[in-house]
Amino acid sequence: MTGGARRTVVTGVGVVAPGGTNREAFWKLLTAGQTATRRITFFDPADFRSQIAAECDFDPKAAGLTPQEIYRNDRFVQFALAAADEAVAQSGLDFVSGHGVDHDAVAVSMGSAVGATTRLEDEYAVVSDHGRNWLVDQRYGSSFLYQALVPSALATEVACRYRAHGPAAVVSTGCTSGLDAVGYGHQLIVDGDADVVIAGATDAPISPISMACFDAIRATSARNDDAGHASRPFDATRDGFVMGEGAAVLILEEAEHARRRGAEVLCEIRGFANRCNAYHMTGLRPDGVEMAEAINAALAEARIDPTQIGYVNAHGSGTIQNDRHETAAFKRSLGNHAYRVPVSSIKSMVGHSLGAIGAIEVAACVQSIRHGVVPPTANYEHSDPECDLDYVPRQAREHRVDVALSVGSGFGGFQSAILLTKPGWGL
Amino acid sequence: MSKAEMAKTAVVTGIGVVAPSGIGIEEHWRSTLAGELRVRPIESFDASGYDTVLAGQVDGFNVEDHVDARLVVQTDRWTWMSLAAAQLALDDAKYDPAAYDPYQTSVVLSAGSGGNEFGQREIQALWSKGRTAVSAYQSIAWFYAASAGQTSILHGTKGPASVLVSEGAGGLDSLHAARRVIRRGTPTVLAGGTEAPLSPYALACQIANGRTTHSRDPREGYQPFDVHANGYAPAEGGAVLVVEDEQTALERGAQQIYGEIAGYRATHDAFHHENPAPDSRQLIRAMRGALADAQVRPEQVGLVIADGAAVPALDTQEAEAIRTVFGICAVPVCAPQGFIGRLCSGGGALSVATALLALRDGVAPAVGNLTQPVPWYGLDFVRQPREMEKDVVLVIARGHGGFNSCMVVKRYREGQR
Repeated sequence: MTGGARRTVVTGVGVVAPGGTNREAFWKLLTAGQTATRRITFFDPADFRSQIAAECDFDPKAAGLTPQEIYRNDRFVQFALAAADEAVAQSGLDFVSGHGVDHDAVAVSMGSAVGATTRLEDEYAVVSDHGRNWLVDQRYGSSFLYQALVPSALATEVACRYRAHGPAAVVSTGCTSGLDAVGYGHQLIVDGDADVVIAGATDAPISPISMACFDAIRATSARNDDAGHASRPFDATRDGFVMGEGAAVLILEEAEHARRRGAEVLCEIRGFANRCNAYHMTGLRPDGVEMAEAINAALAEARIDPTQIGYVNAHGSGTIQNDRHETAAFKRSLGNHAYRVPVSSIKSMVGHSLGAIGAIEVAACVQSIRHGVVPPTANYEHSDPECDLDYVPRQAREHRVDVALSVGSGFGGFQSAILLTKPGWGL
Repeated sequence: MSKAEMAKTAVVTGIGVVAPSGIGIEEHWRSTLAGELRVRPIESFDASGYDTVLAGQVDGFNVEDHVDARLVVQTDRWTWMSLAAAQLALDDAKYDPAAYDPYQTSVVLSAGSGGNEFGQREIQALWSKGRTAVSAYQSIAWFYAASAGQTSILHGTKGPASVLVSEGAGGLDSLHAARRVIRRGTPTVLAGGTEAPLSPYALACQIANGRTTHSRDPREGYQPFDVHANGYAPAEGGAVLVVEDEQTALERGAQQIYGEIAGYRATHDAFHHENPAPDSRQLIRAMRGALADAQVRPEQVGLVIADGAAVPALDTQEAEAIRTVFGICAVPVCAPQGFIGRLCSGGGALSVATALLALRDGVAPAVGNLTQPVPWYGLDFVRQPREMEKDVVLVIARGHGGFNSCMVVKRYREGQR
């Protein structure tokens, strides 16, 4: 597995997202410009500042999980297994018979920002007797509490499902986890550590503690009386992000490996880079310098000129500072092309699923390249002088995309960028 | 990547240890060689009602000595130890990131379970007092990237950051990820990790995995490779290392070069979500892969620092793997963590720190708390520190669920390539 120019191609995509728990339903939602944000149904949100979220109507049994898989795993792992199954099926890789697959060369790189936080909280309510006892009673805990404590259980579950004996890890860099996990998978292929990587990300953070912690810093939208329009990236009246959940998994493959087995290549990953702003855990400076650095570094790896980018999938969380920061980063890295290229945020429709969203956004880019359609920024109505790019308001647009850029920005100051192209583009 | 980039050599120029064995490398090394048993009953809360009461705790860790008071309230103990270890490593390396372009330095850490005590406190506040009682810092203190983010901000590092989670294997994974970062052009990386799992809820979660010792007597607690092995004692702490591109380290006149990170390979058993695999094939593959990556033959290895789970099935498997790769009693094997407990994602980096100190002084430390080795393991266990002449150490770190990571560190000789 050594040698010169190893390239990463994508041969499978699976998605579990709000509004549609498979790849096609997800794409239909996006291209229709529909929003999946609603009043929270998982618990009574009446006491919370933000009472809205983009929830998945996910049935793990219908998704093919066994009763034991459902019982022992938090929802974030369940999402990942369902998305992985869909991605594997599309790739045509036969992990069951193992025919044509060297399991030793299959790696797992899965992102998650907050892991099994929902299960940890649910179990805590029991072992602490509703928060009464600091010295919790271990006898009331699930026998799978340890799998909830260590999010590495996600990588283990995925590895075991497909007997992936290559390197396996969870990448957990907050809200850039999804992009970083896919980027890490890309590096595993380029470096010769694997020929196939099951890469993606998942999070299921719609729980009281997660809603409370973002309430405390007023990061989430409190537009509770208008849930469907609460996530409004780049709009002048935006007032915070809307929590989401979901997962996306990609099958990354070394180009020659995919060619040899005659797989259909959906797109390629040409560049990935990440940087830190070293500024503040939650704050962003308006100049976007470090995100621009990440974009420039990804372009350099891909040997792509900024003017060749046909679509920018923005982080676009809908917080006042993020959208300004990011707009500045695009102008800084893409120059005048930033004004010409369509830029949109699918968080307007599926919310912000923390670590998962980066992978879900990459999945959207794959679909965009394949179908020649750019998803819109739903709810975009009022222009903000500090956000003056083409955000593809409300309606999807037919637009040929040879090169797509997706970016992410997260707590901790992490900034990431990834570049995807049509198969064989520019070679 | 070009061949020149792939050929870049990653060396360790600074080591920061915050562990039950000591704060700082000299105390860690002294207590390790002296064989001081640091596993004892948990003191930070009343654990007497739990099935597991023994743990490795960091003595004399006054957070105020290491972390600014404003930062202390925003972060969990796990991050305190990480920040302290990073500062010790930078001091040891005489490397100040602020003196260089901010993009020249990166932070790549492992995390196992995040900000446990902080998280428990805030969930407790939520469920007992309501959502307005939740701290504004919960969103930045509990998640697995908190330590890496805070380290990057504190030291002004803007290079590529990452956080890898693979339970006990994570420390080695982060050190190899640092190598990737170096090969891609960022010359200096803070890498390694810490863990702080000794709060009531995190302990209860660990007990659920069925691998923690139920012994009440430290001497009969965590006993890797012993006939009485009965599970591990959890421990807090870990290590952070300064990993540098060799050329950059030489050009800046680095204080010292402890050794080279010469080889690495990770595999996953992918057998069962918690039961050990029926054979050690994947661990063997990781060991051989790391040796091949380092271009060393088994007979060149002077010491193996084992994972030492102290779960009979896992010890048996690890012993079989070492025998298969090296032969019966063909290489000295140690597991000094027997003295201090299992540090989860902090353990791998600490074992690498130990390996580098063993190379520095030419001394192999012992298996901790070993009284009666299982004879049929067929391994040359180090019972008392002994001289080590060879230049290569192999470190094994495994993670719950089937992670196998192996790393080869080599004594550094200038121009050795």
